[in-house]
Amino acid sequence: MSKLGLVTKGFLKENPTFVLVLGLCPTLATTTSAMNGLEMGIATMFVLILSNIVISLISPAVPDKVHIPVYIVVIATFVTVLQMLMQAYVPDVYETLGLFIPLIVVNCIVLGRAEAFASKNTALDSALDGIGIGLGFTVTLTVIGIVREILGSGSVFGWKFISGDGILAFVMAPGAFIVLGYLMVLFNKLAKR
Amino acid sequence: MAAKSNLKNMALSLTLVCLVCSAILGIVYAFTAEPVRKAELAKTNASIARVLPAFEGVPTQQMTSWKGADYPYYSVEGAGYAIISRVNGFGGPLTLMVGIGEDGLIVNTVVLSHAETPGLGAKCASDASFIDQFKGWNTAEKRLAVVKDGGDVDAITASTITSRAYALAVANAYEVYKQLKGDE
Amino acid sequence: MEIFLIIVSAIFVNNIVLAQFLGVCPFMGVSGKLSTATGMSGAVCFVITLATVVTYLINKFFLVPLGLTFLQTIAFILVIAALVQIVEIVLKKISPSLYQALGIFLPLITTNCAVLGVAINVVTKEFTFGGGAAHMLGLGESAVYAFATSLGYGLAMVLFAGLREQLAQSDIPEAFKGLPIAFITVGIMALAFLGFSGIV
Repeated sequence: MSKLGLVTKGFLKENPTFVLVLGLCPTLATTTSAMNGLEMGIATMFVLILSNIVISLISPAVPDKVHIPVYIVVIATFVTVLQMLMQAYVPDVYETLGLFIPLIVVNCIVLGRAEAFASKNTALDSALDGIGIGLGFTVTLTVIGIVREILGSGSVFGWKFISGDGILAFVMAPGAFIVLGYLMVLFNKLAKR
Repeated sequence: MAAKSNLKNMALSLTLVCLVCSAILGIVYAFTAEPVRKAELAKTNASIARVLPAFEGVPTQQMTSWKGADYPYYSVEGAGYAIISRVNGFGGPLTLMVGIGEDGLIVNTVVLSHAETPGLGAKCASDASFIDQFKGWNTAEKRLAVVKDGGDVDAITASTITSRAYALAVANAYEVYKQLKGDE
Repeated sequence: MEIFLIIVSAIFVNNIVLAQFLGVCPFMGVSGKLSTATGMSGAVCFVITLATVVTYLINKFFLVPLGLTFLQTIAFILVIAALVQIVEIVLKKISPSLYQALGIFLPLITTNCAVLGVAINVVTKEFTFGGGAAHMLGLGESAVYAFATSLGYGLAMVLFAGLREQLAQSDIPEAFKGLPIAFITVGIMALAFLGFSGIV
């Protein structure tokens, strides 16, 4: 696959949400607004890129029976680094995303990429893969966030253009599932053409 | 491709990875500990400045108790008290900071943390028309309870429980204030 | 009384999948058939309760006294991974029939964020039940909370598996087939569970 292909595949061909259907918990939980979705996407991308690079470098030396625990430790380290940096420099964002920052450790996208891609490819390609999948994830989360924010609060990125309350269910849990379901339908329709 | 496993290299690689990672985390922790503390302090300062605009400098937290619960507060010379008040909201604990001036009027209130429903009760932290009604509140004239309970607080639409909790937190802070004033 | 409130709250009001969005991937993955759904629920029940108790103790007697709480995430995930391995080995030895039923789900549980999520929640969040004051959970309460939460997971999973078996027989527009209609169905289920909010 070309270098450009590695970066762009996350949008459509290997979209982590609509095609791979991975990492659903943060996708549903943190997309109450466009901004939250964007922030969560970037946080995940940070971990994805770094862990991909490190894992592609160390994987030849890791004995095959313990590779999963080793990968998990590497990922957990980057997640904790991210957690501490966010607490220090963007405490408000850290508070909004809350539990879902430490839970990046068990986001199947990160471990999935480590196992399926980074352990078999060069560091450069793995970094590009991390960027590609991370971008796809970020864009998807932002889109879901935009849809839920418009329907639920009548605003986009905090900019209110419909007065009144919006349909509250879309900010709450049920809306997350329903919006994701309908976006998936839309994606299937468009991707099939 | 991955190396062949035997007990020795498995144990070795796991130990090594854990050690290196803990070391990295220890270093990052040492570097971020100071900025984290500063960020927390900045947040506290900003909150106090919002509820008591006359405030400047570094706050010192003091503790008092009322009806068996602890209330941290900041005393600002010549301006009044900023009291941290905690009650149960709809989704979990709701923590407010309430600024009360020397004249006994409420200056302002600010939400420090909450676990209310996004889009409903969570508005207590952002809805200006709700929060601003407490500015300049005189407890001698108006009762700190939602209209439904016979008070004067206009509740957030569809979030009576959150509004009730908010009013209670402010009322508790006021009682603490009266006690503090009495002690002087 | 409070124990009862914890149970009702964890199963219905704050259902782990439908209100907290934890463990959605395996929820979607194995709810296609009722039998696999019950198997997975059993395994999750077992691991969540055990993992919460163990991580609670590790946090209280090891990480907090040594000032190492920044290692929480990494320590917890390692404990969970090790625990899952041990459970697998022990189960194989003492109850081959149970192992047959739950075995294939166990390796999947390490990356089920419900397990790590509950473990972290219990040691970092304050809970309120009924009119009681907000407080951190004790060991006993944590265990009850974890167990009840996993029952909620099982309940949602079994209900949903039943619905999906029906869906499989229905005539659904092409683009909705598979996961999209499943998500919309969960959304409607979550709407129903919203009805429980406010009772505890």
